Amino acid sequence: MLLKELSEAVGVSGHEGAVREVILHAIKARVDEHHVDALGNLIALKKGYGGQRRKVMIAAHMDEVGLMIVRIEKEGSLRFRPVGGIDERVLLAKKVLIGDKKVPGVIGSKPVHLLEPRQRQQVIRVEDMSIDIGASNQEDAANLVKVGDYASFDVAYRVLGGELQAVTGKAFDDRAGCAVLVELLKNTYPFDLYAVFTVEEEVGLRGAKVAAYSVAPDVGFALEGTICDDMPKQKDASPTTVVGKGPAITIMDRSIIADKRLVDLLVTAAEEKRIPYQFKQPGIGGTDAGAMHLSREGVPSVVVAVPARYIHSPVCLLSLKDLRNTVGLMNQALARLDAVDLSR
Amino acid sequence: MKELIAELTETWGPSGNEDAVRKVIEKSITGHADEVRVDALGNLIVLKKGNVKKGVDKRRIMLAAHMDEIGVIVSHVDEKGFLRFSAIGGVFPPTLLGSRVQFGDGKIGVIGRERVVKPDEAPRMDKMFIDVGSPDKGHVGRRVGDAACFTRPFVDLGQRLVAKAFDDRIGCAVLVQTLLGLKTTPHDVYFVFTTQEEVGVRGATTSAFGVEPEIAVAVDVTLTGDTPEAPTMAVALGAGPAIKVKDRGMLAHVGVKNWMVSTAERLKLPYQFEVLDAGSTDGMAIQTSRAGVATGVLSIPTRYVHSPSEMVDYDDVRHSVELLLGMLSSPVSL
Repeated sequence: MLLKELSEAVGVSGHEGAVREVILHAIKARVDEHHVDALGNLIALKKGYGGQRRKVMIAAHMDEVGLMIVRIEKEGSLRFRPVGGIDERVLLAKKVLIGDKKVPGVIGSKPVHLLEPRQRQQVIRVEDMSIDIGASNQEDAANLVKVGDYASFDVAYRVLGGELQAVTGKAFDDRAGCAVLVELLKNTYPFDLYAVFTVEEEVGLRGAKVAAYSVAPDVGFALEGTICDDMPKQKDASPTTVVGKGPAITIMDRSIIADKRLVDLLVTAAEEKRIPYQFKQPGIGGTDAGAMHLSREGVPSVVVAVPARYIHSPVCLLSLKDLRNTVGLMNQALARLDAVDLSR
Repeated sequence: MKELIAELTETWGPSGNEDAVRKVIEKSITGHADEVRVDALGNLIVLKKGNVKKGVDKRRIMLAAHMDEIGVIVSHVDEKGFLRFSAIGGVFPPTLLGSRVQFGDGKIGVIGRERVVKPDEAPRMDKMFIDVGSPDKGHVGRRVGDAACFTRPFVDLGQRLVAKAFDDRIGCAVLVQTLLGLKTTPHDVYFVFTTQEEVGVRGATTSAFGVEPEIAVAVDVTLTGDTPEAPTMAVALGAGPAIKVKDRGMLAHVGVKNWMVSTAERLKLPYQFEVLDAGSTDGMAIQTSRAGVATGVLSIPTRYVHSPSEMVDYDDVRHSVELLLGMLSSPVSL
């Protein structure tokens, strides 16, 4: 699948062009029409066969969390702010790439030798961090980067050993969803499939909002790389999702209460075809489906996600088995979708 | 009207699960509507058409009351068969202790709590669980995603009524009673019973887009300042329907507010003004739908909102119906 290329492409919210190029190249020959809207969403139509045709929108977001340069200091170091939700504790000593020219840099940190005991207990605020690009002064730095440039984590995709068939890389949220959606376009469907690769999900579901308005779908699916916290716990409490246990189906998160008929469709398809699946723990996170289901007069919608550990950090981990099972589950569900009565 | 109120409040309907409430409402309005439809999010949209009257402008008016109530949702079934849960909407953890919750199939669970380490610490939801009385995990009969809500019978104290989910079944009851009492109107009036208000005014968002009203009034509950050591708020039970001026999500349209005030004064009905520091209503979503809608809110003063025992004054309820009937039977000029 396309995951390696997608993961290594840079696409911080608002700056998704490189990711869009990778996707467009992969899907061009598989769709009937495609266009890029005013916000940068890539909207591709694969026409269905059959008479009365529903419009089905499947969304995966192209953007990733990252950083933006906000000031160049006299000494040549760069101040920055997060774009999207990032835990400050994952930032220190990470390699980054800045701007379209991919200027390399590193987020500076104080060596352990110099830290007083009290400082080791403290979280360094992002306002107090800076990126070092090896510039000798402000002017030198300004030749390489500009205020407003985006920065992303500099991380190569890697295949791990072990039975999970795990891979690591950046931005699996939501390049995993993009990879699944690209894969789904290999098939034909009885309905009109609008594959929508959205922008600016991480800063407030902005791309999905306008794309859903223009597509005006009858049904919506969001494909995600979702939160996973399956590390050992002190008590028998719930993990959000577990890597290796199959695609995660959302019942309720902060942005949507999923349409029950679509949840049932996914569960039935999974059980009939013996595809492993899990429910994502309710009440956590939000996705493009949140914007999609509230579009116009409302759109029955649901979310299917590939569990990914350590998302919104420089390196995520997912299981290729889960990724393949997500494609399999979506294929099975879409094949049964026409039989689902969505009237009230 | 008390029978309808009792039935509506005792019906099960956490956000996203409003089907049973919708059925009760559909049954109660049979024969009184010109059109009835349900949209993709489950909103019940009921149209009462206006009679054309010479010299009177026919307006397109939307009334909204939400069918859903707050609740909980199963997030994990542990090895011993206890259920961990998250909130649906604004659940205040202390109200859960000692409460019973009911699932969609009618089964009951009780809320338990982990060992209290610090007695002064406020109870937290992640340290509570639901016990459905199962001897082990194999007999729980529940899965992640099952929703539940408070279960508590309606109580008629005479002047005052107590029930779960007055927020906003009392609004639903007021809308139903208004529809039944509205013999003729010069306006096209859409009675909209919305879904998913408690999780972010979602049903109102899509139904307002579909109805495309010129004028809207949301009917919902509001808090009061009339109990011992209550937060300062000039709203009291029994002092009449509350006409909203402002809350966290909206400023009421002055023309709609004045329409309510002048109608109340004409009919000699008591009323009070409401400024609410916390929370909002469907009015917030309707107001900014499409190119904008002149929107106000009629609030029923309610004590102990979001607890299993909310309290309203029956006169406030009756006066709310009378106020709406007065507003809808006459020409409107904002």
